[in-house]
Amino acid sequence: MTGGEVGTGEAIVFWVSGTLAVIGALGMVISRKAVHSALFIALTMVNLAILYVANSAPFLGMVQIIVYTGAVMMLFLFVLMVVGVDSSDSLIETIKGQRVAGLLLGIGFSILLIAGIGNGLMETSSVGLNAANSAQGGNVEGLAALMFGPYLIAFEVTAALLITAAMGAMILTHRERWMPKRTQRELSQDRFASGEHPGQLPPPGVYARHNAVDTPALLPDGSTSDLSIPEPLRAREDVRDVDHADIEEVRQLSGGSSSTEGEDR
Amino acid sequence: MNPANYVLLSALLFSIGAIGVLVRRNAIIVFMSVELMLNAANLAFVAFARMNGNLDGQVVAFFVMVVAAAEVVVGLAIIVTIFRTRRSASIDEPNLLKY
Amino acid sequence: MTEIIPAEGIFGLLWVLIALPAVGAVILLFGGRRTNSWGPYLGVLTVVGSAVLGVLMLLAMMDQPAEQRTVVQNVYDWVFVGSFQASFALQLDQLSMVFVLLITIVGALIHIYSLGYMSHDPDRRKFFGYLNLFVAAMLILVLANNYLLLYVGWEGVGLASYLLIGFWQQKPTAAAAAKKAFIINRVGDVGLSLAIMLIFVTFGSITFQDVFGQASEASEGTLTAIGLLLLLAAAGKSAQFPLQAWLLDAMEGPTPVSALIHAATMVTAGVYLIARSNAIYDAAAWAATAVVVVGLITIFMGAIIGSAKDDIKKSLAGSTMSQIGYMVFAAGLGPIGYVFAIFHLLTHGVFKAGLFLGAGSVMHGMNDNVNMRRYGALKGVMVITFITFMAGYLAIIGIPPFSGFWSKDEIIHAAFERNWVIGAAAILAAGITGFYMTRMIAMTFFGKKRWEDDAHPHESPAVMTIPLIILAIGSTFLGMALLFWGNIEEWLEPVVGYESVPTPLPTSFYIAVTLVVVIIGAIIGWVMYARKDVPVEAPRGNALTRAARQDLYGDAVNDVLVVEPTYRTAQALTTFDTKAVDGFVNWTATFVGDLARRLRRSQSGFARSYALSMVGGALIVALALILVRL
Repeated sequence: MTGGEVGTGEAIVFWVSGTLAVIGALGMVISRKAVHSALFIALTMVNLAILYVANSAPFLGMVQIIVYTGAVMMLFLFVLMVVGVDSSDSLIETIKGQRVAGLLLGIGFSILLIAGIGNGLMETSSVGLNAANSAQGGNVEGLAALMFGPYLIAFEVTAALLITAAMGAMILTHRERWMPKRTQRELSQDRFASGEHPGQLPPPGVYARHNAVDTPALLPDGSTSDLSIPEPLRAREDVRDVDHADIEEVRQLSGGSSSTEGEDR
Repeated sequence: MNPANYVLLSALLFSIGAIGVLVRRNAIIVFMSVELMLNAANLAFVAFARMNGNLDGQVVAFFVMVVAAAEVVVGLAIIVTIFRTRRSASIDEPNLLKY
Repeated sequence: MTEIIPAEGIFGLLWVLIALPAVGAVILLFGGRRTNSWGPYLGVLTVVGSAVLGVLMLLAMMDQPAEQRTVVQNVYDWVFVGSFQASFALQLDQLSMVFVLLITIVGALIHIYSLGYMSHDPDRRKFFGYLNLFVAAMLILVLANNYLLLYVGWEGVGLASYLLIGFWQQKPTAAAAAKKAFIINRVGDVGLSLAIMLIFVTFGSITFQDVFGQASEASEGTLTAIGLLLLLAAAGKSAQFPLQAWLLDAMEGPTPVSALIHAATMVTAGVYLIARSNAIYDAAAWAATAVVVVGLITIFMGAIIGSAKDDIKKSLAGSTMSQIGYMVFAAGLGPIGYVFAIFHLLTHGVFKAGLFLGAGSVMHGMNDNVNMRRYGALKGVMVITFITFMAGYLAIIGIPPFSGFWSKDEIIHAAFERNWVIGAAAILAAGITGFYMTRMIAMTFFGKKRWEDDAHPHESPAVMTIPLIILAIGSTFLGMALLFWGNIEEWLEPVVGYESVPTPLPTSFYIAVTLVVVIIGAIIGWVMYARKDVPVEAPRGNALTRAARQDLYGDAVNDVLVVEPTYRTAQALTTFDTKAVDGFVNWTATFVGDLARRLRRSQSGFARSYALSMVGGALIVALALILVRL
């Protein structure tokens, strides 16, 4: 593992991963679509995990990938699906001057931080974690020794916090049922009680010659049924006439007598 | 190269996250920006742990992750609840608590 | 000093004297409507009971030697704070005794008279409750053995006076008169309370016994201040100049009230106060001189006002002012005058009560019309009223042997013992008294009928005439009885002191001059108002008459000196308050309000705005940290 100073290999990792992380962050802020933002921040997080590993924190790197990219980001994506994938910000800023002020303040803040850190830290030397990591036999063991030692109470409290958060999320998203669930029987009764046509409407007339939706179906007495024509066509009066000759022809084709109409259909 | 560069990177990411919080209106993206700021802080913790030569910083970063996970759960639940009632994920929509 | 003996025997019932009318007042005022039927009779009975008790006490006191006639009864310890000790203690001595008799006997007669006079009033019960309250308070006033308890009675009679003047409060004039009496009395009461404080600071005690025992030890300046403050109190209560303005308006009250409170008893409380505090005035010559001056001014003011008023009650009120002026004047003369001040107070209490009740009887028969220009020739219609009124008339102008003659003559004589100028002034005032009283009887009982069309004069019922007769008998014989049989100088001497100074001329000369002046005044009055016809509409009159009709511009002076400046000051303060004080407060509120109205815009409800300000704050903190580090 790396020591206090940054070697050439690590420097390359830093510049590549760091650049990617910044690109991801900027992309997250700039993207109009929320899904793109989520993907960009996943990129940042993965690169941060790499940087953790480079910083002698392999356990945190793994946790970062599992918890953030694995769990948290998936949660984000779930919520995005609920809220609507396509939802994108409108370009009109609701608060006057917020965008400019936010940018200015953010940039000023970053300049101030970077200047301050640069001023304060650039001359410091780094100790490195080799000794600390090897003291307990490894990074994970070292962390465990701390977590279940001096930080035990904080650790237990975070457990309680997680449970509480889970409970809170459930309560927040819980939807109370105001009325008992309706059974199939009740739904069916409602359907008939409403007075509308309860079943299937007749399909359009289908003949050997015509197989089109604008042809009305023939009723047993030989008349046509308007219900079999889709409403838009009826509104446009785009209904094909059915003349009697056709009916006769059909009858002949079927070889039946003409005394009774449509009995053998 | 000095490990302090990690801290500089963390400051940069933190600022970008802050800008995101201030500029974006989609509550989910604002939330992502908050996560980014937390991650930037974690990076600083990790870098400082390395520079100081003890693992306390990493432990704190771990706790930050746990708390962030809890926060994400509750925060997203709130966003979903608000979306359910207002049919919008805009952070400017719920602004009734004012003068 | 006379020795003080604790109350025993009949004197153990001293507290009952006060308790009887006090209980009557409580029952009548809090008993509600269920006492309506028998309440007035209960009110009369309590006062009659007190009167009987008073007479028994007088008989018991006369059995005692002169030095053992001061009885003190401590009812209970009242205010005991550090060195300030005021007991609810009653003191009965010769001075209190005569007052107790005057208050209870005249009070009882007026209560009986009121049964008839107020018989048609729907609030009779309340009226008798107030009267009982007055009698109780007045008895506390005269029986107190310290100044604080006296002050309680003083305020009590003031309250009763206020309530009774405003008894017909549905009349705006009555309500205003009540308020006026109350407020002017407050001025005097402030004087009394300041006097009590000064007395306590000076002597360390407020009981009469301690104060008068040490009076000679205090500096004359302090005593003069106390004396002047007590004079202010007396002027307020007794309607003396310059606080005289309320008495004439007080005639808005029912006539029995005018007779009892505003003629016979309460208005003489000032005289009582001065006579009681004789030790202070004896040691403060300037204060005593001020008393004389105030008394003399009031004698003439009252007489002049009484000569000009056409309202019979107001004319009598002017006369009351004048006669109380005589008393105050006599009290200011010092040991030669106190006795005669009290003597005149007693005779005046009786004959003025008789005159007022007579006037009430006349009004009763004349549909409550008070305008004397609408009377005339009533002597044949109201025989009893006429005869009793004449007894009072002869008493007040001082014709021997009627009671006023003896007391007024003694005052005039005492004035000559001091100084012939004030003596001459007193004689002149007696002449004016003769004039205005003759004018009154001439306009009322003689001359021609000038009645209103709907007036049907008739004699009053027996319940009203019997008190009149008793008071007329008192007016006739009380002076002689007190002087020759009761020996009033000797009786009062242990309390107020008495001395007589020889005068350059024999006593009979002064008597003769006084009688001549009085008769001249009476003849002028007779010629002007009985021989000539009295016009129904008052003629314009000369400047003095017009001034007297306006109460000698007392109200105008008060307006200019007190009311107007107070009003303007109040207005200025109101303006200052609204413009400056409220202005500043309102400006502050407006400023904060405006600021808040602007600042609250920052509470836009947008989470991102809040985040922006948070980042801004973080930026400033970071900047500050870096700047400090650099």
